[in-house]
Amino acid sequence: MKRTILAVIILLAFPLAMQALGYLFYVSFASRVMIYAIAATSLNLVLGYGGMLSFGHAAFVGAGAYVASILVAEGVASAWIGWPAAVVASALLAWIIGAISLRTRGVYFIMITLAFAQMMFYLVNSMKAYGGDEGLTLPRRAELGFGLDLGNELVFYYVVLFLLLLALYVLHRVVHSRFGRVMIAIRENAPRVEAIGLPVYRYQLVCFVIAGAAGGLAGALLASHGKYVNPNVLHWVQSGTLMIMVILGGVGHLWGGVIGAAVLLGLEHLIADHPVAWLSQWAPNYQQHANLGVGIVLLVIVLFAPQGIAGLLARRQRARP
Amino acid sequence: MSWILILEQSLNGLQFGLMLFLLAAGLTLVFGIMDMINLAHGSLYMVGAFLASTFVQLTGSFVAGVLLAIPATALLGMLLEISVLRTLYARDHLSQVLATFALILIINELVRLVWGSDAALPLPAALSGPVELLPGLRYPVYRLVIIAVGLAVAVLLYFLVTRTRMGMLVRAGASNREMALAMGVDIKTLFTAVFGIGAALCALAGSMLAPLFAVQVGMGENILILAFVVIVIGGIGSIRGALVGAVLVGVVDTIGRAFLPILLGAFFQPRVASAAGPALASVMIYLIMAIVLYFRPQGLFPARG
Repeated sequence: MKRTILAVIILLAFPLAMQALGYLFYVSFASRVMIYAIAATSLNLVLGYGGMLSFGHAAFVGAGAYVASILVAEGVASAWIGWPAAVVASALLAWIIGAISLRTRGVYFIMITLAFAQMMFYLVNSMKAYGGDEGLTLPRRAELGFGLDLGNELVFYYVVLFLLLLALYVLHRVVHSRFGRVMIAIRENAPRVEAIGLPVYRYQLVCFVIAGAAGGLAGALLASHGKYVNPNVLHWVQSGTLMIMVILGGVGHLWGGVIGAAVLLGLEHLIADHPVAWLSQWAPNYQQHANLGVGIVLLVIVLFAPQGIAGLLARRQRARP
Repeated sequence: MSWILILEQSLNGLQFGLMLFLLAAGLTLVFGIMDMINLAHGSLYMVGAFLASTFVQLTGSFVAGVLLAIPATALLGMLLEISVLRTLYARDHLSQVLATFALILIINELVRLVWGSDAALPLPAALSGPVELLPGLRYPVYRLVIIAVGLAVAVLLYFLVTRTRMGMLVRAGASNREMALAMGVDIKTLFTAVFGIGAALCALAGSMLAPLFAVQVGMGENILILAFVVIVIGGIGSIRGALVGAVLVGVVDTIGRAFLPILLGAFFQPRVASAAGPALASVMIYLIMAIVLYFRPQGLFPARG
């Protein structure tokens, strides 16, 4: 609990400190990290607590991003309409995909969620009216009203932070509710839960839909943040990246998605924008090969630290007397 | 829309399907016997194509280049199996997906470091012309060669799996791994050998398709997804299923791309048809997969009884 309060205080103070120092770029960057944190956290619910290996989570993020963007492009700029619409659309999509996919098990579930995400990818690619494969550029971010201008990086940051904390709180409550206990039991042993007499399929579907809805919210925020959306948000590599964030941070840990998003995006940014002198001397073009580093880090984490960073921290804490 | 056009597109579909089969065969064996999801299979396809382009330039001969690339890729594949993938067999699917996803990132960058972002593998001059199959149907020789090679490999694989001792062990492993282990099958060596064969087939497909598509970093990822669709439709672990699934996906995809826009044009306005046609064509194979999984969750030819 103490740690959570500390983390929240740091997150609250961060943009003010950055503004004082004149690094406004990092406020925007932190917003992006937090948006990905929401997406990764929603995937963590499915992956870590539900034990469902969904390889198509980008479909929900993408659907949310496109619904929100299309509404803005059509003149409905209010976030109060656009963002809930994105959430509802992604929840509906998750309901349809989940209802079909959850009939399969194991590897087949991985593949069918991937297949649905690919379908969405190609559908969006062919929407010529909304940019097709070139994507859709928005004139401005969504509008919040109440004199709050989302175009201001600080305002946007606090709105995203509020939504991230809300998502984490909801996840915390869901996991510790009766529903969450059942989900964890299903992850550990589905036939046994079925034998107790609980409707496993329905529980899994509800879990899948909640995660899809949260993914849609992240998508809507992402589109607003960059004022741009293209089909690559639905690409299967994006689903893989979200999975990496969850694993990196810690599967089934409350803060896993947040840590994973921060570490991965931070690492990317560090390698791409901050050349290290001695490394440049040794390997002049290393910045163009950032993925090599990401790949090696991921491989090492999967092979040697399957519980992720949050797992490592928890283990150290437990080891202390 | 004449019958010649339909025939031509069907041949194109068959040709693409047979190359998909080469990828899917290796993938389905690894998947079926070792219960291992290997996303890096597409990377071997890419490495095979890059190696072939280098060897073709070195030797000056297309055939020699391809024949050199195949054992080289097989060797790399076996090295990969021994060094990394072997440790993943006992892990859950999530770890396998992520570790091999990491391998994709690593191998892509390594290829970029060694070769750059793309390489050239031109069509051999002797095979570049068309040939008249039927009166009015002129078809590229090279595509016919691909079909012939694909069919030959399919027959060879069928022979290997059903008529040899190694094939028997492979089938035993695919239908019941624990039992095969208990009967004293040297699973470790078998796995490495199967992986080598899978890598060799990747290299063959990669270098044969290279003159038609581009040799570039990332070429493995898109075709990998198609290969997964194929083996899920066909039934994981089944070579026969992989062949049927591959030809089905190849033909449906090619024919769909060629004729769906025209077909839709008959019912809708041209503007709608030209937008919806390609989309529907790309979605179609995934739709087939979803339908197959819905009605037959184990695929068309389940390997496990």
